[in-house]
Amino acid sequence: MNVPIPDLAPAVAELFMLAAACAVLLADLFVRDARRWITLALTQCVLAACVVIVVVTAGSRPEFTFSMMFVDDPLADALRLCILVSVAVLLAYSRRYLADRDMFRGEFMSLTLFAVLGMMVMVSANHFITLYLGLELLSLSLYAMIALQRDSATATEAAMKYFVLGALASGMLLYGMSMVYGATGSMRLDEIATAIARGEANRIVLVFGLVFVVAGLGFKLGVVPFHMWVPDVYHGAPTAVTLLIGSAPKIAAFAFFIRILGDSMEGLWPDWQSMLAVMAVLSMLLGNLAAIAQTNLKRMLAYSSISHMGFLLLGLLAGNGMGYTVAMFYVIAYVLMNLGTFGMILLASRRGFEADALDDWRGLSRRDPWCAFLMLLLMFSMAGVPPTVGFYAKFSVLAAVVNVDLLWLAVFAVMMSLIGAFYYLRVVKLMYFDDPVDPQPLLASTPSRVLMSANGLAVLALGLAPQPLMAWCMAAIQRSL
Amino acid sequence: MVPLSHYLILGAALFAISVLGIFLNRKNVIILLMAIELNLLAVNLNFIAFSYYLQDLSGQVFVFFILTVAAAESAIGLAILVALFRNLRTIHVDDLGSLKG
Repeated sequence: MNVPIPDLAPAVAELFMLAAACAVLLADLFVRDARRWITLALTQCVLAACVVIVVVTAGSRPEFTFSMMFVDDPLADALRLCILVSVAVLLAYSRRYLADRDMFRGEFMSLTLFAVLGMMVMVSANHFITLYLGLELLSLSLYAMIALQRDSATATEAAMKYFVLGALASGMLLYGMSMVYGATGSMRLDEIATAIARGEANRIVLVFGLVFVVAGLGFKLGVVPFHMWVPDVYHGAPTAVTLLIGSAPKIAAFAFFIRILGDSMEGLWPDWQSMLAVMAVLSMLLGNLAAIAQTNLKRMLAYSSISHMGFLLLGLLAGNGMGYTVAMFYVIAYVLMNLGTFGMILLASRRGFEADALDDWRGLSRRDPWCAFLMLLLMFSMAGVPPTVGFYAKFSVLAAVVNVDLLWLAVFAVMMSLIGAFYYLRVVKLMYFDDPVDPQPLLASTPSRVLMSANGLAVLALGLAPQPLMAWCMAAIQRSL
Repeated sequence: MVPLSHYLILGAALFAISVLGIFLNRKNVIILLMAIELNLLAVNLNFIAFSYYLQDLSGQVFVFFILTVAAAESAIGLAILVALFRNLRTIHVDDLGSLKG
């Protein structure tokens, strides 16, 4: 029997990541605890090499391989780059935090690499099987990483909650996929799109499946009414893992939405548009209102992430190239802000001190003026105050929504952003107008301070000059859909 | 021959039982893991029924992948359960309430 060898070129970045993640896992066995930085350096080298591979092999047209199950298009390239860079930044921020908590171990690094591999597979999937396997590789790594702090009752509890609800979400997604498969007779995203366009699929079964697919995706993205896990997991997980959950997987979930809803179920746009509109409205409402009541910064940011994801859905439900472009801009901007904010919590924490209560931030401007200024920029950006990137991202999403005649949705989103501004500005008030409890400056090392400054100033710079990033997103979307 | 709808109804019933099991169960975390397993099996039944009905093999291939992932998933679930029991000395669902707000 002669088995044809598939064209491996489009998947070279993923293949490299797979081999390298296994190599890091093995190499770590030969590294002593005192020299654990070697594993971190190797991990960062792997991420850097993967960035180089993605950039070098970037094409301008979609290329399919593995019997059309895998696609390498400009959208996948752009999102892979964002995922790799954000994870590299995350690892740089979390080194001292992990070392202080006895979590600076090889498992953390190799699980991160496997999670990255899962996300990379997700963003370039063209088949239900590849989408599902990428998603599970990501989720299973994250479950294990939350529970990595074995002696912490809150971390294991958060891991259990995330595991149960995540597994339920996968089940819902699969149930929906099985219905779509039954209605269209195919699991390849492009074939599903043609089957729907030809109108030969049973519409009732198809919409029934769509409901479950959207519910599963909603769980993964963490939008109301599927948000129950978000606050508990953000709060209970070690901050470094919270940062991982809150950043790169949002990009992967965005890709998931684009691939399943935008690519393959474009023909059902009116059906999923109304579902996304309901989820977006509820997320913005509940996320912003519940965040006001929080005293824990991580929990507050969890509710803020729910409302941000509601905003992201606004861009997606526009259902056209402009909507997808602004949604992509929004998710990249959100990940940048999220990296900065959680990175700041990581920098402010010490051994035995998590810096996650709002009161821990009192008087930061007197303890450490520069860090307080960066945090101010990040909070302004989260709230959507000009001239930060958060403002431009929100503004362009609203423009896309108004463009498809959903004015009420835009008005509602603006009102919710106004409510949201309250709790972000409260952090600024605590930092600038209250007296510090503990007068010491932050313990952050110089390299992480430099990185944090770059991150905070990038939020400002992208707000002042958003056009290059927006043009990049537009090119990626236009060449792929 | 058993019509397709019978399989789908059985799959839907199993799926509903598993979802209810997750939300109504207030006792033991292990029952949650069993409900998750049942959930995936309900999906598998659906895929196989459709695959046979459509005369298309890819649905059955997907079932193998789901079975494998389900095994990995229960391994991780049980590992988290053990870690949880070592910390809390209980696996009652009601005792998992320290994170609230």
